Amino acid sequence: MGTSLPITDRGGDYGRDRGGRDLQSSASEELGSAAPAAPRKRHSAMVRVTHWISTLAFLALLLSGGEIVLSHPRFYWGETGNVNMRPWLNLHLPSSRDTVPTGYGFVLPDQNGWSRYLHFQAAWLVVGTGLLYLLFGLFAGHFRRNLLPAASDLSLKELGNSVVRHLRFERPAAEEAWSYNVLQRISYIVVIFVLFPLMIWTGLAMSFGFDAEFPMAVRLLGGQQTARSLHFLATIVLVLFLLVHVVMVILAGFRNRMRAMISGGAIPPTE
Amino acid sequence: MSKTSRRKFITTGLAAAAGASGIAVAARVARQHGLIPPDGGGFYGPGETLTYAAQRLLGRHAMAREFSRSEISQNPFANEVDPLGDEFKRLQAASFVDWRVTVDGMATRPGSFSLAELRSFPRSAHTTMIGCEEGWTYIAEWSGVPLSHILDRVGALPQVRYVVYRSIQPDWWESIDMADALHPQTLLALGMNGNELPVPFGGPVRMRVPRQLGYKSVKYVNRLTLTDNLKSFGKGKGGASPESGYAWYAGI
Repeated sequence: MGTSLPITDRGGDYGRDRGGRDLQSSASEELGSAAPAAPRKRHSAMVRVTHWISTLAFLALLLSGGEIVLSHPRFYWGETGNVNMRPWLNLHLPSSRDTVPTGYGFVLPDQNGWSRYLHFQAAWLVVGTGLLYLLFGLFAGHFRRNLLPAASDLSLKELGNSVVRHLRFERPAAEEAWSYNVLQRISYIVVIFVLFPLMIWTGLAMSFGFDAEFPMAVRLLGGQQTARSLHFLATIVLVLFLLVHVVMVILAGFRNRMRAMISGGAIPPTE
Repeated sequence: MSKTSRRKFITTGLAAAAGASGIAVAARVARQHGLIPPDGGGFYGPGETLTYAAQRLLGRHAMAREFSRSEISQNPFANEVDPLGDEFKRLQAASFVDWRVTVDGMATRPGSFSLAELRSFPRSAHTTMIGCEEGWTYIAEWSGVPLSHILDRVGALPQVRYVVYRSIQPDWWESIDMADALHPQTLLALGMNGNELPVPFGGPVRMRVPRQLGYKSVKYVNRLTLTDNLKSFGKGKGGASPESGYAWYAGI
């Protein structure tokens, strides 16, 4: 099974890629067996599966959410907002509704039907996946082991050093192929425990049915339009995270990091 | 096959089988309890069913948020409607004295009510938010006859599951389940902010369903049909919105 995955190719791959330096010896030490040794395990199956399902759901949410915004590309604070009121943010984009004064001489086609269907379907998918990941993270020790930063890494000096290393685009230290560095841990924690819950909360707070059941959900945020504005702002932060995340994966070694997140194995570092 | 991979294979198989039968049982229970919306099939069916079932299970009787009079929007937005038809204009020219709302379908005393009769019925009011699926909102005080009162008056049969409501304007109709039809805030609205309901906002009669998005609050309502099945209406999807690609349930 899984012959399309690079299981059988790995030995060959890593010989070719890295010219066999140190690799054979370090792999042999680790695994205590003769070459060709399988790459070391990096990410658990649960992390890999939930990562890619979340990726798929996030892209669907981003596409459909962006499309929905086009039907009213203006944002307000408080409970109410409409074309007769002043927005705090006007994206100055063309709109799919001729009732929105955009300044453009054309109206985009209405795509909100499938966009809304897709948005909520993907939202259920990411919430379900998130709950699965949460249970796994709590009970299998993933959060404690892989995400919780070491206390010693949280001093201003250590954090500062890590920021400087990133700004200099220094090659990541060898052990970073096996463990997240402190800035990674902090950003993943913020995404998983702050931004995702905020997206779900602000999303639900826009629902008239949900607000009837849990009025505090929208009251605490300061209103239905505030919920919509925060949903949009949190999206921007998540998109920035996604861009930095992808750039970092490329800089740190796209092939090896992708392999680690797809098949679970990574080539042991040479440095 | 090694021991661990065999164990993994068996565990995965068992989990998949349990998951599949769990979903089958859940679907059956959901159908029995009316938790599957008319557009609960197809690719987006799972998401729609989860949303509808979750909101019905969590708060079938929950009340839409009400606001104080001071929160009423000074600048409500009526949204645009298709050009009003000749029949509407004729009725409007006569100040809607001949406007009637016909109630038919599964009722022991189906009937037709003039605007004057509707105005004489017990009246209810609430200050609630109306929001469009596009994202904009406003708050207004709506007053009118609770739909539940109309259903009582015509003697709705116990097997009624949906109320289909139609606008005098062509191809403008929607439907709601009994959770919303019998909900005390669901009104045949006749007034807004203390005045008669203005025509741009749906006057003389608008269905007002405050727990759902604005597109379920159909304007210029002149016919209600009580039914246990939406299949025989239009394309069987329960409304003009589902027929043009929008979800039937608009509580989100």
